Amino acid sequence: MEKMIEIRWHGRGGQGTVTAAKVLADACLGGGRHVQAFPEYGPERAGAPLRAYNRVSDHEIRMHCPVLHPKVVSIADATLLDSINVADGALDDTVFVVNTAKAPKEIREKLKAKPSQKIFTIDATKIALDCIGRALPNAPMLGAINKAINIVPQNELVEAVRKSFGKKFAQKIIDGNLEATKRGYEEVQEG
Amino acid sequence: MGKIVAVTGNEAGAEALRQVNPDVCGAYPITPQTDMMQRFSSFASNGKVDTEVILVESEHSSMSACIGAAAAGGRVITATSSQGLALMWEMLFIAAGDRLPIVMPVVNRALSAPLNIHGDHSDAMGARDSGWIQIWSENAQESYDNIIQAFRVAEHLDIRLPVMVCLDGFIISHSIERVEYLEDDKVKNFVGEYKQVNPLLDLEHPKSFGPLILPDLYHEYKRAQHEVMSKVKNVVLDVAADFEKMSGRKYGLFESYRLDDADIAMVILNSAAGTAKDVVDDFRNKGIKAGLLKPRLFRPFPYEEVANALKNVKAICVMDRADSFGAYGPLFVEIWSSMLHLDKKPLMTNKIYGLGGRDFMPDQAELVLNELVEIIKTGKVKTVKEYIGVRE
Repeated sequence: MEKMIEIRWHGRGGQGTVTAAKVLADACLGGGRHVQAFPEYGPERAGAPLRAYNRVSDHEIRMHCPVLHPKVVSIADATLLDSINVADGALDDTVFVVNTAKAPKEIREKLKAKPSQKIFTIDATKIALDCIGRALPNAPMLGAINKAINIVPQNELVEAVRKSFGKKFAQKIIDGNLEATKRGYEEVQEG
Repeated sequence: MGKIVAVTGNEAGAEALRQVNPDVCGAYPITPQTDMMQRFSSFASNGKVDTEVILVESEHSSMSACIGAAAAGGRVITATSSQGLALMWEMLFIAAGDRLPIVMPVVNRALSAPLNIHGDHSDAMGARDSGWIQIWSENAQESYDNIIQAFRVAEHLDIRLPVMVCLDGFIISHSIERVEYLEDDKVKNFVGEYKQVNPLLDLEHPKSFGPLILPDLYHEYKRAQHEVMSKVKNVVLDVAADFEKMSGRKYGLFESYRLDDADIAMVILNSAAGTAKDVVDDFRNKGIKAGLLKPRLFRPFPYEEVANALKNVKAICVMDRADSFGAYGPLFVEIWSSMLHLDKKPLMTNKIYGLGGRDFMPDQAELVLNELVEIIKTGKVKTVKEYIGVRE
């Protein structure tokens, strides 16, 4: 594994993006790893664009500032592709994971991604609607990201999702999110 | 081995307070501290602690409730931030003057106006002269560890003073990080039974707290406060040594990072010190002898020890996340004072950074260290105090 993996999430308030970053941090704790998860705090309005971040490392993480050069950019809402520069600070080998029904090729063109950058797409909103009946794409996004970068054994990710939702929600919602995480992992497309 | 968890600074703080299980908590919510007191109140509501949580109508009342409860003979806590600490100001001096060992996490946040809820150190720096002990924390782990140690320092029979444990608002209070918790029984044994000193509730022995003292004795009373502060350093070190035995985690009066042979150094508090340490490593990798000093005990300030750690450095930049308008930053003043007696003084600058939650980024640390390299070359400091990270 690389020294430190830095992830930047783009979402909109109310979509569960911050929760997703938290679940990922929790999932990656195993094996003595160090983690961070933190949102960028602004006016917290439903629907407003927001960013959140993860760092995962084998060593102590001392940086306490936003991620400038993300290895992974996760876009939980594809409408953000038109309004903000999601590729800001991206590296030559940055991996983009986008919640969209469109094919990776189309997103690659839209982002004007370099050949060395990877593009993954997943229709996370549809999966969420199928599995939990609400457009909360965070669980399938987590599955898709894990397929794309293999950051944690998938069963540990699923366990973290179960733990996160298990505290507050009915069994039906928990099962729906577990299924959505699994489908995100299985249905993500690279191109 | 205790549990390893991914939690926010507020959550870690609340967990430390739960494990200590104090007698009384005066609680009033203010961002970004709210979550810590809310979690603690939940522990009380769910029977996880025996604490009597007193929900009051302001921070002034919160500190007043703490003072009353501590004078009555209880182990007492609260937490606050920013305007809340400012509103407590009057009562802070009374807690310290009455020698009441209250422990209070302060989740550092900017002061109005203009209104801002984000992290900076203006709040705690404003309470610098209140007679409280101040311990500062870089991350969630240090916040947790410092809160536990604070009880032993505050309640030490030679000390009996209130302690603030400072952590950065949002950057630490609301960010999730890996934290190693200690087992409940270890924390319980570490802080030990609370020892009452002159409790008001000992009705057989009536006494007064904070009565009128006229010029015939007030001066002597204040000298006693000054003198007790001189004992704090050793107690902090003894407590840290015991804590290290229990946890394996080492604490001192401050952290020296790569300072031994350093030519240039930054002095910087709390979360920004972590970011700066990574940049210090980058400079070391380039062959530049950079180092860093991160104060932990800010009140009382360990002047001699700090001077000893920095005396061979050629140029120092002291970073302040608070300003004393029309004067140097509060941390700079302390470091500057530490150096006064040296024959050969390091060249020194003072940068004001990160006010109201402005991010402290690695490029700011680079800028500062590069300037120190230049200062060594020319032997000249162009501007002592300057704002950095400013949008022009």
